[in-house]
Amino acid sequence: MAARNRRELTGLKKIGIIKLIMPFVPLTLPELPRMALAIRKEVIRMLGRSGSGHPGGSLSEADLLTCLFFHLMRHDPANPSWEERDRFVLSKGHGCPGVYAAMALAGYFPKEELLTLRRLGSRLQGHPDTRFLPMLEACTGSLGQGLSISCGIALAAKMDRKDHRVYCLMSDGETQEGQTWEAAAFAGFHGLDRLIALVDYNKFQLDGKVADIMDLEPLAKKWESFRWHAQEIDGHDILKIVQAVRQAQAAPGKPHVILAHTVKGKGVSFMEHNNYFHGVTPTAEETEAALKELDGDPSLSKALVAAGKIKMGGK
Amino acid sequence: MTPRLGLATRDAYGQALLELGREDPRVVVLDADLSVSTKTNLFAKEFPDRFLNVGIAEANLVGLAGGLAHSGKIPFISSFACFMICKGYDQLRMAVAVPRANVKVVASHGGISVGEDGASQQSVEDIALAASLPGFTVIVPADEHATRALVKAAARMNGPVYLRTGRPKAPLVYEADSSFAIGKGVLLREGKDVTLAANGLLVGAALAAAEALAADGISAAVVDLHTVKPLDEELIERQAKATGAIVTAEEHQVWGGLGAAVSQAVARRHPVPMEFVAIQDTYAESGKPEELMEKYGLTASGIVQAARRVLKRKRDPSLRSG
Ligand SMILES: Cc1ncc(C[n+]2csc(CCOP(=O)(O)OP(=O)(O)O)c2C)c(N)n1
Ligand SMILES: [Mg+2]
Repeated sequence: MAARNRRELTGLKKIGIIKLIMPFVPLTLPELPRMALAIRKEVIRMLGRSGSGHPGGSLSEADLLTCLFFHLMRHDPANPSWEERDRFVLSKGHGCPGVYAAMALAGYFPKEELLTLRRLGSRLQGHPDTRFLPMLEACTGSLGQGLSISCGIALAAKMDRKDHRVYCLMSDGETQEGQTWEAAAFAGFHGLDRLIALVDYNKFQLDGKVADIMDLEPLAKKWESFRWHAQEIDGHDILKIVQAVRQAQAAPGKPHVILAHTVKGKGVSFMEHNNYFHGVTPTAEETEAALKELDGDPSLSKALVAAGKIKMGGK
Repeated sequence: MTPRLGLATRDAYGQALLELGREDPRVVVLDADLSVSTKTNLFAKEFPDRFLNVGIAEANLVGLAGGLAHSGKIPFISSFACFMICKGYDQLRMAVAVPRANVKVVASHGGISVGEDGASQQSVEDIALAASLPGFTVIVPADEHATRALVKAAARMNGPVYLRTGRPKAPLVYEADSSFAIGKGVLLREGKDVTLAANGLLVGAALAAAEALAADGISAAVVDLHTVKPLDEELIERQAKATGAIVTAEEHQVWGGLGAAVSQAVARRHPVPMEFVAIQDTYAESGKPEELMEKYGLTASGIVQAARRVLKRKRDPSLRSG
């Protein structure tokens, strides 16, 4: 069922043998961009329907999620509580539409459920809530807490001599939280090398530009001085993401951070670099335009911009 | 009866800050990357030199306010209620409560009427936490007029204040020229059978409940206890004596909120049967604000039901143990 969902989307044939060795068949590198696109489309559909939520950060993280969920992580959508699974913690909780989309496309739950986002009774809460969806691993949405929880998971794995990894997806804004740095110091001191943090460095937070509100730079140097192995990459370059994570997986002794330079709203021209869409969802018209654009036809998006219909924010 | 909706109390806070900024140069405002939502952005625009966005760092925000107050400023600090109180709690103790610093903590998105964002952004325990900080004044205004007046009163008094505002539009309870005093409740409606004591969004609901009860021949008094601490114990005592039964209603967890405070006063001064409309020891979830208020019983009909229960106990002493 998991595989079928995915194959339908990518138009690939099922390879049965690999299934015996790996519980979840990863996509090949050339297949990933299409999956990233599919995630972005689901994000737009969900948020267009829900009428509230966070498009900007869900789009900027989409390529990172694609690489993790469809190529890099050891996991099995048919068995979400599999002991040996790599753990994924979404520290930037408001980015959960992206994660829900990735999970649905990977086969964790039916795609149709995505349209229940934020409705009363839905498992897809406005921010990750393990009371409703245990496979999310952590309750987040209060920014700055995910790295500590990830450290705890990595520490337990070390105690139990387990070899699974912990992937923690963070935001640039939450890097301002003191707790992030308490966790960073802890992980560095204890050499939690199976911990891989990815920072969706999209340059915006809620009220505006990170550099204007409270600049984080020099960020890589900060992490390095906390005894982390830090890499800086283009967070929309699938190959670079995969290479960086592979490097992190291979290098022992230190925890790993990947500073992924991204564009908030990536993929939908009128949302890119436009922080109005941090926490405002697209109207029906904007939803249609965005979906068309993701399908390769930007005409409607261009028309909306030309007509002055797109609100701007955070400049 | 559909209540007339006014502004959200957070909007009224934003407006009041502007007036305070013009009146008193000591007023400074700090926010932790939520100025668009808490409405401190209005102040930021007019007084950029007296506004600071500290980033997503609430504990630091509270500490900074302690230092500013120590140096003679009147800091107003804002974020969502959950983050403001929970992330900066030890800082609220050591930098504000213990030294009795003149810091005004005004937190928005109180309660569960936050809606779709879900449990992480809702606050069901902020009043209990704020009230248990020794020396703190704790205020939950019902509508825009009450908010404007009480924010200004908070600025005029010396000492730490926690004031909670809300996200949705609030039913209008007062007139623009209504007057308020911190620590003094407001008897909004006389009644002889039962007293409905509420604050915040539940005041509007209590008025609607009293209306519904009246249709059934039950005379309910309505009291706005906008100040949870210090509590207006005289008013509560008078109401306990006059009506012999009390229902409290609040958008907060039942442990440690308005109901708990009122019950202490009632037990001490004039014991009568009580019922508590509140969130029953749980976190809420995503949903439309109205749906959540309905699901968790924070509505006029929830108050009506509680009033019927308490009246039964009042009439039949054998049921008094509840
Ligand atoms: C502790 C805490 N403070 C404030 C908020 C409110 N909030 C939600 S999103 C956001 C800004 C997020 O910006 P960033 O972290 O950079 O995320 P992204 O740009 O990826 O959306 C804020 C302040 C929160 N969720 N948690
Ligand atoms: Mg950001």
